Amino acid sequence: MPVEVILPKVDMDMATGRISSWFFEEGATVAQGDVLFEIETDKAAMEIEAPASGVLRNVTGKVGVDIPVGAPVAWIYAAGEAEADAATAVAQATPPAETAKAAASALDAGAQACAASPAAGPSSCTGSPDGAAVRASPLARRLAREAGLDLLSIQGSGPRGRVVEKDVVAAKQGSAVQPEVPVTAAQPATAAAPAISTPVPVTPLAAPASDDQIKRLFAAGSYEEIPHDSMRMTIARRLTEAKQTIPHFYVTVDCELDALLKLRAELNADAPEKDGQPAYKLSVNDMVIKALALALKAVPDANVSWTEGAMLKHKQADVGVAVSIPGGLITPIVRGACGKTLSEISNAMKDLAARAKAKKLKPEEYQGGTTAVSNLGMFGVKDFAAIVNPPHATILAVGAGEPRPVVKAGQLAIATVMSVTLSTDHRAVDGALGAELLRAFKGYIEKPMTMLV
Amino acid sequence: MDTAVRELSYSQAIQEAMAIALEADERVILMGEDIGVYGGAFQVTGDLIERFGPERVIDTPISELGGAGVAVGAAVTGLRPIFEFQFSDFATLAMEQIVNQAAKMRYMLGGAVSVPLVMRFPAGSGTGAAAQHSQSLEAWLGHVPGLKVIQPSTPHDVKGMLLAAVADPDPVMIFEHKLLYKMKGPVPEGHYTVPIGKAAIRRDGKDLTIVATSIMVHKALEAAETLAGEGIDIEVVDLRSIRPLDRETIIASVKKTSRLLCVYEGVKTLGIGAEISATIAESEAFDYLDAPIVRLGGSETPIPYNPELEKAAVPQVPDIVAAARDLVSGVR
Repeated sequence: MPVEVILPKVDMDMATGRISSWFFEEGATVAQGDVLFEIETDKAAMEIEAPASGVLRNVTGKVGVDIPVGAPVAWIYAAGEAEADAATAVAQATPPAETAKAAASALDAGAQACAASPAAGPSSCTGSPDGAAVRASPLARRLAREAGLDLLSIQGSGPRGRVVEKDVVAAKQGSAVQPEVPVTAAQPATAAAPAISTPVPVTPLAAPASDDQIKRLFAAGSYEEIPHDSMRMTIARRLTEAKQTIPHFYVTVDCELDALLKLRAELNADAPEKDGQPAYKLSVNDMVIKALALALKAVPDANVSWTEGAMLKHKQADVGVAVSIPGGLITPIVRGACGKTLSEISNAMKDLAARAKAKKLKPEEYQGGTTAVSNLGMFGVKDFAAIVNPPHATILAVGAGEPRPVVKAGQLAIATVMSVTLSTDHRAVDGALGAELLRAFKGYIEKPMTMLV
Repeated sequence: MDTAVRELSYSQAIQEAMAIALEADERVILMGEDIGVYGGAFQVTGDLIERFGPERVIDTPISELGGAGVAVGAAVTGLRPIFEFQFSDFATLAMEQIVNQAAKMRYMLGGAVSVPLVMRFPAGSGTGAAAQHSQSLEAWLGHVPGLKVIQPSTPHDVKGMLLAAVADPDPVMIFEHKLLYKMKGPVPEGHYTVPIGKAAIRRDGKDLTIVATSIMVHKALEAAETLAGEGIDIEVVDLRSIRPLDRETIIASVKKTSRLLCVYEGVKTLGIGAEISATIAESEAFDYLDAPIVRLGGSETPIPYNPELEKAAVPQVPDIVAAARDLVSGVR
């Protein structure tokens, strides 16, 4: 029986993926393990290997279109296997063992359902991030399709969360369908009486203006419309969610950098040669990563993640570093940064940043982490505040090191000063705890030798 | 010439249609058990034997197969028989003649003959006649190409459709719900026909389409009036004919309302509602559905003798109200 090639799930909250290129054409002979195609997920490009050896047939996975996770994209026929078997293969549900083999990575239930009915078109296999199929009436599906709306982005008000006509209409108009609140005569009519005992549902934040409303503000032809790619959509979704659901709290300190810059220069100057090149070239940011990791080790109560059920107190500090890449950004993680030397951190970062720009990071290299660093110093930014990236409870925004007047022992002096702002998830890290973390961080930065012992 | 419109009962409208047909065409004959002197099991033929004589209003022996065979033969050899069953349940006895002969002859003889036969079937529950005299078997016959199967729901329609059936060159099966016989409604005088294969929209609405047959049309209309008081606007489609099926009207209605409820007295499973549902699911109306399709049909039991259970075995107005309300309000 031909082996199904599916679009695998390679990223935790991945619902669809796009094939960026095929390395074999219809009819080509492939060997198990050959790289068949590359998929572009929200955050990275992944190479997908052939699950079996044979002849590649029925290549239906088109390049550049969103394909639901678990949907078949091609079939591999054993040598000599009649092509007519395709219909049979398509009609039959793939046995679980086969699916597991073909899937290479674990499929969730929704993807399994899609894989089990490969005859269904992509639209019927639309998955949600948690793997469940989107419930939507046929009418809602059609209206969403016509309006170019993503069903995943629409909250269903029908039975069991089914998206129905009115939800799509509301989404088009840019307002969510609210559960009806019975208005009683006894209810105070004015805002002067805020203590209403009638239970009022928590109103979601005001819905943004609809696309049409925004476009009407500009003259037709005065702008170019660039469709969002999946990375842009993910950034938009995750950051909106983070800023709306995490109570942010900010703490800022100034750190004097002169000692750190001096140490850095000395260490770089003394770097041994390796393959005709210095074995490392430390950046200020590498030292910031190390200092933050050590600070978290010193203040372990701040090295946490918030969950509704409990606080996750992490045993090691994994520091994500925001890397700007064309069209967006990604946050590869330096794992166990406390235990790494500065040169190890530096070389790891160079490798991660280079592969991030090439979109070659593996999901485990950018998922998770216990904190993050965002550095805009290279742009001359003095100070800014970053958005916490869950599951982290903190993020450190790093400004430029610049000569500033400082007061030392009652005397005006000049020092190289870097302002950093720590954003905390106040559910997990209170203000005093955040301040304690920053004090520890400042200590490592201003006495950098302590990072080496 | 203006034709006067009077109130007639459903059974009077049938009798009038048969009288007009007998008057107009000497090839028309009536056949059936006890239709002559007794006037028919439900008194539908009444005194027609006195007006047209025993040669044209013929009492047949208590053998449905024999009677149906004679009727099919008469139709093939030039007459236009209208054959009455005492109860539609007894169609089972005549299936050979209906399914294998009447429905097949035109096809198997290459069009050399046709079978211009009308069969009338008093059908349905509600009269306390128990399991062998209360069934709704129209879907059985609706499954047979070569037959036309109709279920007029009003006095007006039953007269017009019976006259259309008499004029039809092929066998037409008319299922008449027994509880409709006494129902009165406006019926024009004289000859007119109502086309076979065309549904009627009995009530315009925008929130939900109810496709109903026979007596269920009236129950659906009653339910629609109740729900109109709740601001729910229901369209009621009277199917009238189950073969041929007026798919266009159903599809257009569901495209308008986005919701479909099928109501029929025959057993729900493998019944007319399944065909209507599938018609919508297969059509362009699918993309207009905003809720699941729901069927209300007869229960999966023989019709009980106990009057309360008998009522409970088929859809009643409160059942339709509840199902329609759930569909429109988004509970289903």
